[in-house]
Amino acid sequence: MDTFDKPDNTDIENSASEHSGPELTRRGLLMGTGALVVSFSTANAFAQTPAPAPAAPAAAPAKPPALPGSLDTDRYLDSWIRIDAQSKITVFTGKAELGQGIRTPLMQVAAEELYVDPKDIELITADTGRTPDEGFTAGSQSMQNSGTAIRNAAAQVRDLLIAQAATQWNLPADQLKVEKKRVIAPDGRSMGYGEVVVGQFLHVEAQPKSKLKTPDQFSVIGRDVQRVDIPGKVTGGVAYIQDLKMDGMVHARVVRPPSYSATLKNLDDTAIRKMPGVIEVVRDGNFLAVVTEKEYQAVKAMHALQLAAQWDEPAKLLDNANLSAELIGLETEVGTVAEAGTPAFPNGPTYEATFSRPYIMHGSIGPSCGIAVMKADGSLDVWSHTQGVFPDRDAIAQMLALPKPKVRVIHMEGSGCYGHNGADDAAADAALIATKVPGRPVRVQWMREQEHTWEPFGPGMVTKIKASVGADGMIDNWTYDLWSNSHGTRPGDAGSLLAGRHKSNPTPLKLPKININPNGNGDRNAIPLYAIPNQKILWHYVNQMPIRVSALRGLGAQPNVFSIESTMDELAMAAKTDPVEFRLKHMKDKRGYDVIKLAAEKFGWGKGTPARDHGVGFAFARYKNHAAYLAIAVELKVEPDTGRVRVIRCVSAIDSGQAVNPDGIRNQTEGGILQSLSWTLYEAVQFDKTRITSADWSSYPILRFASVPDTVEVHIIDRPGTPFLGTGEAAQGPTSAAIANAIRNATGKRITDLPLSRERVKTAIGA
Amino acid sequence: MTITLNVNGKSHQVDAEADTPLLYVLRNDLDLHAAKYGCGLGQCGACTVMIDGKAALSCVTPLLVAQGREITTVEGLGTAENPGPIQKAFIEKQSAQCGYCIAGMMMSGAALLKHNPKPSDDDIRAALRTNLCRCGTHMRIMAAIKRASELMGQQAALPAAESNRSAG
Repeated sequence: MDTFDKPDNTDIENSASEHSGPELTRRGLLMGTGALVVSFSTANAFAQTPAPAPAAPAAAPAKPPALPGSLDTDRYLDSWIRIDAQSKITVFTGKAELGQGIRTPLMQVAAEELYVDPKDIELITADTGRTPDEGFTAGSQSMQNSGTAIRNAAAQVRDLLIAQAATQWNLPADQLKVEKKRVIAPDGRSMGYGEVVVGQFLHVEAQPKSKLKTPDQFSVIGRDVQRVDIPGKVTGGVAYIQDLKMDGMVHARVVRPPSYSATLKNLDDTAIRKMPGVIEVVRDGNFLAVVTEKEYQAVKAMHALQLAAQWDEPAKLLDNANLSAELIGLETEVGTVAEAGTPAFPNGPTYEATFSRPYIMHGSIGPSCGIAVMKADGSLDVWSHTQGVFPDRDAIAQMLALPKPKVRVIHMEGSGCYGHNGADDAAADAALIATKVPGRPVRVQWMREQEHTWEPFGPGMVTKIKASVGADGMIDNWTYDLWSNSHGTRPGDAGSLLAGRHKSNPTPLKLPKININPNGNGDRNAIPLYAIPNQKILWHYVNQMPIRVSALRGLGAQPNVFSIESTMDELAMAAKTDPVEFRLKHMKDKRGYDVIKLAAEKFGWGKGTPARDHGVGFAFARYKNHAAYLAIAVELKVEPDTGRVRVIRCVSAIDSGQAVNPDGIRNQTEGGILQSLSWTLYEAVQFDKTRITSADWSSYPILRFASVPDTVEVHIIDRPGTPFLGTGEAAQGPTSAAIANAIRNATGKRITDLPLSRERVKTAIGA
Repeated sequence: MTITLNVNGKSHQVDAEADTPLLYVLRNDLDLHAAKYGCGLGQCGACTVMIDGKAALSCVTPLLVAQGREITTVEGLGTAENPGPIQKAFIEKQSAQCGYCIAGMMMSGAALLKHNPKPSDDDIRAALRTNLCRCGTHMRIMAAIKRASELMGQQAALPAAESNRSAG
């Protein structure tokens, strides 16, 4: 989660997900003139009086009780679940499918509590015109926020259906059961859900407590339900925004400046306007685009426009060869992330090191795409694979000086994004161009080099650790300093959008301020989860952003865990203790302890000696220190002549709380491991003083099949009845560190700068 | 100009400029969305189709080159209602995350299995060498191609009348 996300709901969710809570009993159910008043009695005294009592005018409005997950912000049940007269169930989520497979577990939790098959549910995802506003689909929080809301809403809807049928039949509610979308009486009478729901029946505020099924009652939660999106994706269905076609749709390509700060000096577009199929050449400040009837005409016109445009380009980027010093030199302020005891380093074994991570690309395989149409009534519909339809809507409305209600942003899946990539920008491009060709849907497809050079990268970071081990073999002192930009420049503001910055009357990017909170940002996972009595952790904030950056899967967690867990191995060596044993000795969190034990056991840690040139490495983190636990062991081989590293096997253990779809957790975790492996061994954005030079896959190499491990295992520790902890980002940090530790094990050399490239390994081993 | 294309066993007349890459015609003129635009440079494999039984990158294949040859896309492997063995295998192994690269993976896999029905892991890695996946679905993609090989073997063992439908 980045700084623009909603506050974390973990505590609320903890209280709301108790299964041992009181029975939700019906006390009053009054059908009036189109209005329905529902009240419940619970042992936690959240009961309302049966008749609405007007609040005393002088009294300050009472703070409404906290509701589970995102119900807290969208409090009416029918914001989440609707049932029509034919018993068709529609569930609404403000979260978006990003390739993580979120649709399926959200359907599972709803189906579970409604006693229906997941197939009986239609799920509507992020759409400013239809769904709750759940901020960004980010931070591995969809199950925590939306899953918790939907599950509780479904349980409350079910109990309302039962209560209403009980009233009609004059039977006690506890004698009724539900099955196959019907409420059933002991005498066999039954009513379909759709018969029970009349009018505004579900337009009631949710209650703080729900009668949730207990794990022993589950029939859908915890099952490997097949993902609902895969059949369409493997048979050529319209699965992505890139596949959408609309009547009268035209194709557009933008021509971006050649570098961030370039300004348009001169352009003669006469010849381009005469090219086949060209409808419009858009020139609005530094924003250029072509609009054509057919798609490839747009590509050709774009190339011609690129050649015709002349730009002024200042050389304002950092010295990439000297990145760590550059970042440290840009420090603007220092924030304290955590402080305990008084770290001091009088004597004894001390380890000190500087670590770094380069700028890393999201690198979606499908470049961003946006579609927009300016309608006759002056309203604008936009389709986008954004992570946040509402903030994107706000930013686009501001950019075009339109009232927010005039802009609707509808999520449509794109290629996997792994954070804030070009999606919002492509939507804004389409929106801006659509205003120039009103009435025609405009499809903007970014080119590969545009995605590579204009997406906001995961920020480069530098960290410095100093730590010591006492005579008892335990870590006693720890200082940690990190240098980083904010990892969040997401929309909400027009200045976050490239089109907003490039058009005439531009909105500049608002530089984010340092914000230290429990979710972390650049400082995510900067605090070791281990018991260390004296520690001080500082974020040296870098305000300026010479390279465009924003949220990339895990934010600071990957570089921070890489640094911390590399250091843990060095300290274990100083303490002459096995690295797994050393971690266990410092782990006071039982669930952390359990994943470390399980990963080590499944890997066969400590059994046998690695073969020649092979190494083994281990690492652990609890994502954000309050989400999923993940430990991983890897075995790899280092080719001594070339420095090439080949990871052979990975064995991980993860605890994501209550597992809703175990295969979904495995799939996401396997993916996280392999993506982090790619970041760790191969990836660094290249740039000179003027331009980003990683413009395609040859100048930004990523993992290929030849280098994929032989096996990747994911072992799940299920925690039935506990809150959802999310999964998607848990592997990013530990995988990097486990690889670094395995290289250390194989070669005796500690490499502290990412990526652990062939060249660096070769240099380190002196080959 | 008008060009005749043979795609998934059907002949199509398309009116397009001769330098248009095959990918754009498949997606926009023939409504075959499976092949994806990924790079337009022949670097990522998202646009992979089969031409005359061999994997080909449709984003860098000019229409004129494709003319008169047998083109197969994922749509030619089966449908959502009646998936072919490669599609079944990808569903069974849940071999997708975002899935954007998967059509290309399936076509590289199909071309491999056509000539090598029992590929080793190394054969699969080699056949997919030009296909990139960013979600890290590689293990499952390899597992699905192995599984497809089994399913196709089972299909081949069926009586001849039933086994005519091949995966490409």
